[in-house]
Amino acid sequence: MAAGPTYTSIASNTLTSTAASITFSSISGTYTDLILAASHGSSSASNTYVRFNGVTGAYYSLTQLVGTGTASMSSRESGLTAFRIDNYAAAFTTIENSYIIQIQNYSNTTTYKSVLARCNATQQGLEATVGLWRGSTGSSTEAITSITYYPGGGSWLVGSYFALYGIKAA
Amino acid sequence: MPIIGTQASQISGHLLTPNNFESISTTTLSSTASDVTFSSIPGTYKHLQIRVMASAVSGNQDGLMQFNGDTGTNYSYHFLYGSGAGSGSAGAATTQSYMLMSNNFYTTGTSLCGVAVIDILDYTNTNKYKTMRSLAGVDMNGSGSMNLCSGNWRNTAAITSIKLYPAGSTINTYSSYALYGVK
Repeated sequence: MAAGPTYTSIASNTLTSTAASITFSSISGTYTDLILAASHGSSSASNTYVRFNGVTGAYYSLTQLVGTGTASMSSRESGLTAFRIDNYAAAFTTIENSYIIQIQNYSNTTTYKSVLARCNATQQGLEATVGLWRGSTGSSTEAITSITYYPGGGSWLVGSYFALYGIKAA
Repeated sequence: MPIIGTQASQISGHLLTPNNFESISTTTLSSTASDVTFSSIPGTYKHLQIRVMASAVSGNQDGLMQFNGDTGTNYSYHFLYGSGAGSGSAGAATTQSYMLMSNNFYTTGTSLCGVAVIDILDYTNTNKYKTMRSLAGVDMNGSGSMNLCSGNWRNTAAITSIKLYPAGSTINTYSSYALYGVK
């Protein structure tokens, strides 16, 4: 078996001023998987969205599992213009949401791209989401080279933290 | 060169020391297979993680796991699932011959895949039964399944091999399974 260290910090950012979105761009195909870790709050009640390669076509879909503390539920959406990775349309004046998004085999050109997101919003509950992106045409399998992470309204608060990591398989 | 769109000058921080996460082995299938097995896993790590992107020849197949080639009824599992239409929890407390990694995980075709991140903690400790957990799911643009699973193997032996397989089909070409060790 081959062995070698991996789990490389590609880029990260702690905001010192509010931002409407964060974009990791020019992502190389060096790695096998990407992991986006984020701890954030937003200035207005909104969901959190993830978009690949700046594509705004309605080629995103998802299946979601939600636990609120009093109930569990599941939802499915298709024809989205970005992944809505959480279900908490709430604004927090403090930064207390911790989200981790796994993007596997992001540079392969054989498959549509799938993501796994686990979102913990301490005041409201948690969610697990699996999403599918069918490329820039709805039937294409291009590599992911940029990720935009944004609230549906308002801005990320000062102090919000975003980090992108790469994992390379042997 | 990666660029952060807002404030690239404020790059800082790591969540994990990079050298503590190592790639052990990866299998990407060039032809269909009934299972993928990582064997001769070294005991030099503290934890294991398996990252999967896979499909099967026939769809809607549960993803299953076994340790050390044990096919006896020494496993149990529980899972929380969302189908898009509803959510629920289920499990099998004892006398199972496998652990569930994710229900309805394997879809058909090579362009749609299920994805999973599986953690196996303290896999070499010979004083405790072994437990796995997974975050796994598949979305097929109109159907899908999202799962949080846990499984238990009632054996204190160190884990030296892991078998992953669909319940009633074969794994498709291009499917990828990667094993990592965490120190």
